[in-house]
Amino acid sequence: MSRLGTLGARLYRGEVGYDFVGKRKIWYGISILITITAIVGLAVRGLNMGIEFKGGAVFTTPKTSVSVAQAQEFAQEASGHPAIVQKLGNGTLRIQVSELDTAEANQVGKELSEDLKIPAGQINFELVGPSWGEQIASKAWTGLGVFMILVVIYLAIAFEWRMALAALVALIHDITITVGIYALVGFEVTPGTVIGLLTILGYSLYDTVVVFDSLKEGTKDITKQTRWTYGEIANRSINSTLVRSINTTVVALLPVAGLLFIGGGFLGAGMLNDISLSLFVGLAAGAYSSIFIATPLVADLKEREPAMKALKKRVLAKRAAAAAKGGSGEDGDAEPHGESQDALPGEAATAGAVVGQRGRGRGRPSGRRR
Amino acid sequence: MAAPKKGRKAPGGQGKPGRTLALMLIVMAGLVGGMFWSGDTTPRLGIDLAGGTTITLKAEAEPGKESAVNETNMNTAVGIIERRVNGLGVSEAEVQTQGKENIIVNIPKGTNSEQAQKLVGTTARLYFRPVLNVVPAGPANPEPTGSPSASPSGKPGEKATDGKDKATAPSSSPTTQGRAVTEALKAPSPTPSGAASDQPKAPESPNPAPTPSGAAANPELEKQFAALNCLDPKARSNAGKGAQPEQATVACGKNSVGGWEKYLLGPAEVDGKDVDDAKGVLDPQRGIWIVQMDFTGAGSKKFAKITGKLSQQPSPMNQFAIVLDGEVVSAPQVNQTLSASAEISGNFDQESAQDLGNILSYGALPLSFDVETVTTVTPALGGEQLKAGLIAGAIGLALVVIYLVVYYRGLSLVALLSLLASAILTYALMSLLGPAIGFALNLPAVCGAIVAIGITADSFIVYFERIRDEIREGRTLRPAVERAWPRARRTILVSDFVSFLAAAVLFIVTVGKVQGFAFTLGLTTLLDVVVVFFFTKPLMTLLARTKFFASGHPWSGLDPKRLGAKPPLRRSRRVSAPVDPKEA
Repeated sequence: MSRLGTLGARLYRGEVGYDFVGKRKIWYGISILITITAIVGLAVRGLNMGIEFKGGAVFTTPKTSVSVAQAQEFAQEASGHPAIVQKLGNGTLRIQVSELDTAEANQVGKELSEDLKIPAGQINFELVGPSWGEQIASKAWTGLGVFMILVVIYLAIAFEWRMALAALVALIHDITITVGIYALVGFEVTPGTVIGLLTILGYSLYDTVVVFDSLKEGTKDITKQTRWTYGEIANRSINSTLVRSINTTVVALLPVAGLLFIGGGFLGAGMLNDISLSLFVGLAAGAYSSIFIATPLVADLKEREPAMKALKKRVLAKRAAAAAKGGSGEDGDAEPHGESQDALPGEAATAGAVVGQRGRGRGRPSGRRR
Repeated sequence: MAAPKKGRKAPGGQGKPGRTLALMLIVMAGLVGGMFWSGDTTPRLGIDLAGGTTITLKAEAEPGKESAVNETNMNTAVGIIERRVNGLGVSEAEVQTQGKENIIVNIPKGTNSEQAQKLVGTTARLYFRPVLNVVPAGPANPEPTGSPSASPSGKPGEKATDGKDKATAPSSSPTTQGRAVTEALKAPSPTPSGAASDQPKAPESPNPAPTPSGAAANPELEKQFAALNCLDPKARSNAGKGAQPEQATVACGKNSVGGWEKYLLGPAEVDGKDVDDAKGVLDPQRGIWIVQMDFTGAGSKKFAKITGKLSQQPSPMNQFAIVLDGEVVSAPQVNQTLSASAEISGNFDQESAQDLGNILSYGALPLSFDVETVTTVTPALGGEQLKAGLIAGAIGLALVVIYLVVYYRGLSLVALLSLLASAILTYALMSLLGPAIGFALNLPAVCGAIVAIGITADSFIVYFERIRDEIREGRTLRPAVERAWPRARRTILVSDFVSFLAAAVLFIVTVGKVQGFAFTLGLTTLLDVVVVFFFTKPLMTLLARTKFFASGHPWSGLDPKRLGAKPPLRRSRRVSAPVDPKEA
């Protein structure tokens, strides 16, 4: 931990760090690969929709010694429909029978209680119409749409449209990965999953926003210096907030893991488990995307801006000049401020794009004074 | 934010931390005190935790009546269902609309859920019964003198026309103060078959000789009728309960002025299903609201039969009662034989006419409903789930605490106290919101609260890391705490806003269980902001004055050496180095 502490310091000073932005192509590639896998998985295997989407009844028994196979036989006999029986962590059984209506479910519940020798009142049943899940899902899609629009607007106002766009891409990326994992692993999709998925929205963006905030601050006076390009500053922002990102993700994942492994262990399949599973997957994806996708994407978009292009040229020209001088420590601390002056001629050589820059360049003296 | 050098000035420039903290503690004490004072010391548990049955009904749009699924009809349906379910003797059953087309019925533990399902699911419990006798509400009181209050309630002007042949009938109806109860089916004579004392004729008329339908009022029923006290809500709701359509029964109903009357009713002659369509319409000729009814083929035959019989009877036996769920909704007089269609006129206003129309045409509910889901939960299982959820939450919290202590050492004290403050506030608010807005803690809400631990802890981490950054810049703790705040504050606000937005959207667009989750998430996000602003920050400012933290004790979590602080000399500058804490 103390090592982590000093690592934090070194990351902060930029002594160590990973070139997230420079190696972004690799990560884009990995993400595209994951996304394609997810989409293929979704197309080929489809989602294992829970009973909420198919309609049917779920019976939950109190603790019982009846075996799963036996219970399944009973349930199928009683209902005439295929049944899925799970033994939950606390010794209770969860019996899903699809395609039952109210009357049938009552009947099946009664028969089950006789077969399993459990007093009738102690078997819970949950009857679900097929459109229930659909309704939740369709509302979830609406929610997703509304949320994305609002968030893009908000981020565009609070930050700028490039960041909003990058955040949106990262968000879609997270959701695709989460859904893909559900398809590939074959976890059951329930309304709980949908809830979890919607919650990821907030979380995924939370991380992204923290990095963007630091990036915004770091690049406030970016055109008044010639030591760093936008991409480099973006990279520094990621690195300097890395500890924070790791901490926040760990801290967010811990309670969810508690829910997933401990709560889920107690309860077996259930709403808690469904929510926490999708949260867990989504949170991890969200942390990944805010570091490896969102911020590099902002840098990519930003560097297409004429002003940033010009800046990059100035920076590179200056470095080249420094290298020519024989000074190898291009970005060493010894660099006097005055050197930014040296960069100006080189910059002047670069044509029209710089003109816009000039106007703002007037602010430079004051910038340097500080 | 005007003072750019604030950070370097004496600490405490940032308001008065002690006072803010004290204020916050007072608010917390107030909430907790309020919690104990109101006696709601635990959050109200949702049906899934306390046990019970949840029934979700979905309104079915019938072909050609798609617009029937609207807010008014949904609310009427809620009212009727509520009356039914609570009439069962279940207290605290909740019936509420959810979204545009769902009604959620929550029936707490200890109810016969099968019976409840039947009650909720059935749509038609509407009967037309001949009135055998009607008197004011009270129990056996042969002299209806007593209540002058219920006085001027005559059965006022009323007419029902055989809509086809005689749509006219000069609507004299003078006395009219009433609503649905006071009307008649084609009754030109404004016979005030009053329930009240002023009319000698009707109610007290000691009791009918020949009952129309031949179902003699048996002595037992007579006794029941005499004993019935419609002023007692319980007796009222039990009055018509369980009456078989083919048996005579007693029931209560409101008269024109809203006073209660009790009815002795014959066997049902016409069923709610026999009504093909009914609606409240404005009669353009008379400018009054009436209810038009059309019967089905079989229905019109039955209706003709009973109206034929009833029109021969003296008042009050020339009325027939429209009985909805055991309660007399309306008791119009009949003056002639009616068949396929009829209109009820009386003192309707638009609302009451349309209500009655709805009631008649849809059996009982203004809409037909499909039972979507039925969930029964025994409290035992719910309790177990709650327990598991709480254990999971406690373990999650413990892990977070361990992580924070290991990583932030002394600073974790601040985080823990803030988490504690947040927990107290959340708990107190949840408890208070139960009775206030009907918030019930269900399993997803517990889940939301657990997830929120992460969100709350995130804010501290953002702030702590900022402080550490400032210390790395070579500042001492006091200025570091102040300088770190404006930026941490912005980050916290921006990211909390995003979280809150997600919760709000989730809350607005979703239904049922999801809402509980979203609500908790939104609430805790808001509380997070409150706690960070009014608790964590002032606490941090205060702690920065203590020697333990200010000197950067190795266990304080703010040891400059360990953090790799630069010597306090400020030589080089770099772009990412903090500029004045101006905010955008």
